[in-house]
Amino acid sequence: MSYIEIDGVDLHYGCHPGAGDGAGTLALANANLSVARDEFVAIVGPSGCGKSTLLKLISGLIGPTRGGVRVGGEDVKRPLKNVGMAFQNPTLLPWRDVRANVLLPLEIVEPYRSQPRSEMPAKRQRADDLLAAVGLADFGDRMPWQLSGGMQQRAQLCRALIHEPSILLLDEPFGALDAFTREELWAVLQDLWLRRKCTVILVTHELREAVYLCDTVYVVSPRPGRIIASSKVPFERPRTLDMTFKAEFVDLVHACRHHISSGSVR
Amino acid sequence: MSRSTVERLAPWVATLLLFAVWQLGVMAFHIESFVLPTPLEAIQQIYVNRYALTVHGMATLGTTLLGFAIAVVIGLALGILVGSFRLAYAALYPILIGFNSVPKAAVIPVLVIWFGVGTVPAVLAAFMLSFFPVVVNVATGFATIEPELLDVLRVLGATRRDMIVKIGIPRSLPYFFASLKIAITLSFVGTVIAEIIAGNNGIGNVMLIASSNFNVPLVFAALLVVGFMGVSMYAIFAFLETRFTSWSVRGQGMEYATGG
Repeated sequence: MSYIEIDGVDLHYGCHPGAGDGAGTLALANANLSVARDEFVAIVGPSGCGKSTLLKLISGLIGPTRGGVRVGGEDVKRPLKNVGMAFQNPTLLPWRDVRANVLLPLEIVEPYRSQPRSEMPAKRQRADDLLAAVGLADFGDRMPWQLSGGMQQRAQLCRALIHEPSILLLDEPFGALDAFTREELWAVLQDLWLRRKCTVILVTHELREAVYLCDTVYVVSPRPGRIIASSKVPFERPRTLDMTFKAEFVDLVHACRHHISSGSVR
Repeated sequence: MSRSTVERLAPWVATLLLFAVWQLGVMAFHIESFVLPTPLEAIQQIYVNRYALTVHGMATLGTTLLGFAIAVVIGLALGILVGSFRLAYAALYPILIGFNSVPKAAVIPVLVIWFGVGTVPAVLAAFMLSFFPVVVNVATGFATIEPELLDVLRVLGATRRDMIVKIGIPRSLPYFFASLKIAITLSFVGTVIAEIIAGNNGIGNVMLIASSNFNVPLVFAALLVVGFMGVSMYAIFAFLETRFTSWSVRGQGMEYATGG
């Protein structure tokens, strides 16, 4: 039973639905994807292949030119209302301290939004717990500019998860970080997900990251993007960095790598 | 002397230097005081006419602040509208640019026909000169919000109002305060022009009467009073700016300074 379903989706940029071919850019062509509830999925592929477009389709920020997008059995016609999102750029609000940044979704999403002010201490506690879980226990009162890039990404993950979304969409969240920080954050994200599962779609360039974190890795072809391969990742959780140097892990990464190269010389 | 002391003294020293050059220039070239008075003569005129200049200065200040307040309210509203709705931007921006290109001095006689001589044309002139920078700056603050941030809010189910209140307004505050510093000085320009063309009180009116009597030192005295009020108001808004938008100043250049 799939929770998120993308069914034969085409997406043209720069032209209206129904206009003839040749106008605009075809970002996705006949893309199919099916994600189970609480599955952790990675989408990998060359840059410009429409990976981020897939996230926008799933969240309802854009509509498909052709085909259907369903979440929880319902057609996505407008932006979904309870999704967590995180990007390569931390996008924290510079005028709020870290805790207030993390609390932002609770000011918007129901039922938290309509809760009385008396709930505020409980919400602050919740933000602090989440910050502690990502290693930012004492940083709630800091301003974003006082944090390093890796710490800002941790805070962004907290903001994406504070309202306990059923779907978490990650668009290359660790792309701008150095290798050590990135690997640390893989473990942080895995812990967060094991603590409270949700359906995660992670868009990334980094194949090791995809195999380390995910249940299933989907490989997208160069533009126009199609899903050309998928691999189940069989390893037990929690996974460790040591595992990433084992032969089975490396083989799986190589297999994905091979799909990408063979897709691009097509 | 420490670096910060030097910086704090620099504007005073520069102003005194300017006055000294002016004073010595007038004395060295034997310029008549009905052509260009010395700063000392102008300051002496301020003292001689202290009562009249205070009364008319207050009138000019009141008119300016009223026009400025209207400009802030309307500028903020238009800036938010133009900055957050594409259609409003497309529809209104050409009109705003066109309006701003009109020489305001040319409009004042028309305002006099409509509203009569006095305070109303001056208030409107102060408003017309100063609302445009507010609109443009606030709209810029809104237009430069990172699209990813809007996506984050949209998929939480945020309304347009949420985005304006939670993101747009706080984000455009530094732009807004920067525009206030420009707008307040332009407001003085608008008021004084209107008082010269069609006033019956205010500093502009003092200047008109003084120059028709060839009392050029008094004209310069009045100019110094306007300049002083402009600098004072600028200082007040610069103070408010650092007070309310310290995050935008503090963060500058620091974001990338920390590694890892």
